[in-house]
Amino acid sequence: MEWEVVIGLETHTQLQTVSKIFSGASVKYGAEPNTQACEVSLALPGVLPVLNKQAVHCAIKFGLAINAEIAPRSVFARKNYFYPDLPKGYQISQFELPVVGKGAITIQVPAAGKQSAYEKVVNITRAHLEEDAGKSVHGAVEGMSGIDLNRAGTPLLEIVTEPDMRSAAEAVAYAKKLHELVQWIGICDGNMQEGSFRCDVNVSVRPKGSDKLGTRREIKNLNSFKFMTQAIEYETRWQIETLEDGGKIQQATVLFNPDTGETRAMRSKEEANDYRYFPDPDLLPLVISEQDKARVQADMPELPAAMKARLEAKFALSSYDASSLTASRELADYFMAAIDAGAEPKQTANWVMGSLSAKLNSEDKDLSSSPISAQQLAQLLKRISDGTISNNAAKQVFDAMWQGEGEVDSIIAAKGLKQESDSGAIEAIIDEVLAANAAMVEEFKAGKEKAFNALVGQAMKASKGKANPAQVNDILKKKLQA
Amino acid sequence: MALSIEDIKKVAHLARIEINENDANATLNKLSGILALIEQMQAVDTSGIVPMSHAQDLSQRLRDDVVSKTNLRDEFQKNAPILGNGSQELAVAGGLYLVPKVIE
Repeated sequence: MEWEVVIGLETHTQLQTVSKIFSGASVKYGAEPNTQACEVSLALPGVLPVLNKQAVHCAIKFGLAINAEIAPRSVFARKNYFYPDLPKGYQISQFELPVVGKGAITIQVPAAGKQSAYEKVVNITRAHLEEDAGKSVHGAVEGMSGIDLNRAGTPLLEIVTEPDMRSAAEAVAYAKKLHELVQWIGICDGNMQEGSFRCDVNVSVRPKGSDKLGTRREIKNLNSFKFMTQAIEYETRWQIETLEDGGKIQQATVLFNPDTGETRAMRSKEEANDYRYFPDPDLLPLVISEQDKARVQADMPELPAAMKARLEAKFALSSYDASSLTASRELADYFMAAIDAGAEPKQTANWVMGSLSAKLNSEDKDLSSSPISAQQLAQLLKRISDGTISNNAAKQVFDAMWQGEGEVDSIIAAKGLKQESDSGAIEAIIDEVLAANAAMVEEFKAGKEKAFNALVGQAMKASKGKANPAQVNDILKKKLQA
Repeated sequence: MALSIEDIKKVAHLARIEINENDANATLNKLSGILALIEQMQAVDTSGIVPMSHAQDLSQRLRDDVVSKTNLRDEFQKNAPILGNGSQELAVAGGLYLVPKVIE
């Protein structure tokens, strides 16, 4: 039988605020245990939650970015369960009336094997505001677990998709796109190591062609795209094998073990999943007016899709170039800064995605820590276009700048890379070359086009690579036709 | 909607309330009475009425995103429970609150 995998994602994005969602405690990462756990985080008797304006602002921003309905009135609810890192005995979340309703994100699924690249729309079911729980630390004291409530109350936006994805590649393409988007609009720092962006992946399989969903298992807390691929592929295989062996899939929460590459059931959901949601009487409904939305809209950056279209139209870049350049805000900003500094767009795109990206990748560096600024790159490209240096020499200058050897012009001078553009000097070189290579000249005159290139090569060599190739071509042509 | 004694026990378990047979039966009667009342109320036509989510007809005030809380860990941890098992010490260590081991 042929099987089809059905995947939906729930992503917890930590919102970029300085304080918690319901209290004025700091959310700074890496503090000493419980030094950022105030009376609200600890759920001491008599405390009340007060909603953080910036968290709401972030939620609206996300809603606008995915073209979703923003609820004019949304409600906070209590999700009840007992766990030591949740001292209230409930998590404040949203249930029936979330702040962000249905929206959509267009993803680009990369080519793989015979399958060429394609676009797909992933529908977003909802996104809701909620608080994070604390952290359990095991092994510090024999026979006990330690609880650190610094993270308790950290603002999260949980973003839920429809079960629209049909392969690990699609799920990862969606997760990457979402990861870029939340950073682009500045609502999440995207730091996966620190847990700022965590994905739960719901996986089920069904016979191909069936429109009924199979029983799903939820892979919890994936914090790398590589693990996501491995976990989905393993889980899919496991479910298909189980069904083909006549078994049944039990709804369950599973954990992925990166060491073994396997998933393993954590707890049976039937009992644990009865959260008995009800509206939190400590919080009034969240009302978002048209003016609130307009204020956030005014604060919105141009979105990647819009910027991509603009780059294609304004700078005649290919769809591929424009989409690569708008893969992150940082990259787009770098590109635009180089253009603003006078660089030519297509050439800039080639260098940014070629030499610069390759260098960054090979040294595992972020663009923000690039030794070469956008302005420096622009200066280098200007020296190519004005004929000062050749493309090859530019690569040497690039490497030297990367090593911190100075500015473009000083490196060109120090390394003697300036092209010979004085036509008198070039003519002299060519005259010598023509005299020394009479045979080649004869061949050319006899109709052998290749001989022309050989003569150009000789002239370049005679100039030690410094002659302006375009000028060499021109002058040589004139002389041969004379 | 008819409640069973199993429903009562399940809800009690979810809320981590210990309940004996007698109390469970008494609770069953009381809760069934409440549900019967709700059933009566459901005869009222409420179409077109926005469900109420709070007793007060107000909306949520928002707080500016500033850090206003200072570190009071040492004060708060004086309220930690006694470790027990013969120890009179507070159940804290290295800044952490200690709880019986949780394994998932």
